[in-house]
Amino acid sequence: MAKRAAPEVNAGSMADIAFLLLIFFLVTTTIEKDKGLLRSLPPIDDSQVEPPIIKQKNLFTVLINRNNQLLVEEEQMDIKDLRQAAIDFLDNGGSTNAAGESCTYCKGKGLSDSSDHPDKAIISMKHDRETSYEQYMDVQNELVAAYNILREREAARLYQKYYPNAEKVFTAMLEEKEKNQYSKDDVLNERIETVKKLFPMKLSEAEPDKN
Amino acid sequence: MSKFRNKDKGELPAISTASLPDIVFMLLFFFMVATVMRDSSLMIENSLPSADQVEKLKKDRTVFIYGGKPNAQYKQFGTEPRIQFNDAFIGVEDVRASVIQAISELNEDLQSKVVIGLKVDKDTNAGLVSDIKQELRKANALKVMYIANTKTEN
Repeated sequence: MAKRAAPEVNAGSMADIAFLLLIFFLVTTTIEKDKGLLRSLPPIDDSQVEPPIIKQKNLFTVLINRNNQLLVEEEQMDIKDLRQAAIDFLDNGGSTNAAGESCTYCKGKGLSDSSDHPDKAIISMKHDRETSYEQYMDVQNELVAAYNILREREAARLYQKYYPNAEKVFTAMLEEKEKNQYSKDDVLNERIETVKKLFPMKLSEAEPDKN
Repeated sequence: MSKFRNKDKGELPAISTASLPDIVFMLLFFFMVATVMRDSSLMIENSLPSADQVEKLKKDRTVFIYGGKPNAQYKQFGTEPRIQFNDAFIGVEDVRASVIQAISELNEDLQSKVVIGLKVDKDTNAGLVSDIKQELRKANALKVMYIANTKTEN
């Protein structure tokens, strides 16, 4: 029984293989990070104060029925037209705000039967209990998009000079804030607040009817 | 004589274990990177809706609430959408207590900044979501994030 001597396996390249695999996995794995639409709920208000009367022209109503159809300002609408309709409404600038200032930055048509001022413009949405969550999210997304587009426009008008290379100035500002979250930058925060104030997000949701 | 000497040489040489640490480290790194900490396994179907106006969620200050139809493994609970919190199905009336409990377990500085992450299946009725929101208002947890997949802008 003559056994042949097995040659020793060269293990020198094992480390290289290991590193190769390590790098491969490092590159291909994505850590899942949750993203979504951030919204604030209104606090519960038990006081018996009469709600202020809001003029019909300052109210943009969006209704979703149980078949996921949209009724916007009493007219049926397709979801793809909603974003533009919301922008037109918010950006109308037909008259003055509560302080009597007219909207100098609005680029809308200034129609007398649409919103007076972005400060006063309120989007009100109501859905049925049987509306699908997907449709509900699509509508929310379009309405938030309308605000974001207008805020981007104003941010570009006011602060493009500080972000010459940014395609989306407002996004760039928010990213910068995120990056420096541990060192407060008052100038940046103030700029963000200024842009938000030009188009304050007044997006109210009514409770669906119980039946 | 020479025959016997040959036999001595024929023993298998020991396999080098020098690279074993590398392999172990590689596995370690891989799992460190790829592991997502999750303390509850989903008992519901959960395909999220998609949106393009999304913001990032800060995980350290988030309480998750899941909603959707019970999945195949838990079909004895019926086909009506249910709310899952941590590891159990809860009723709408329990949402408030559970959320307050979860918030009190968070780091104190973050308690005022808590965000409720709603991971709701897209085929759920929006009525369930509005019930949850009503309860959240009662619990005074007013920041809500509707978690969604990112849709590429067109």
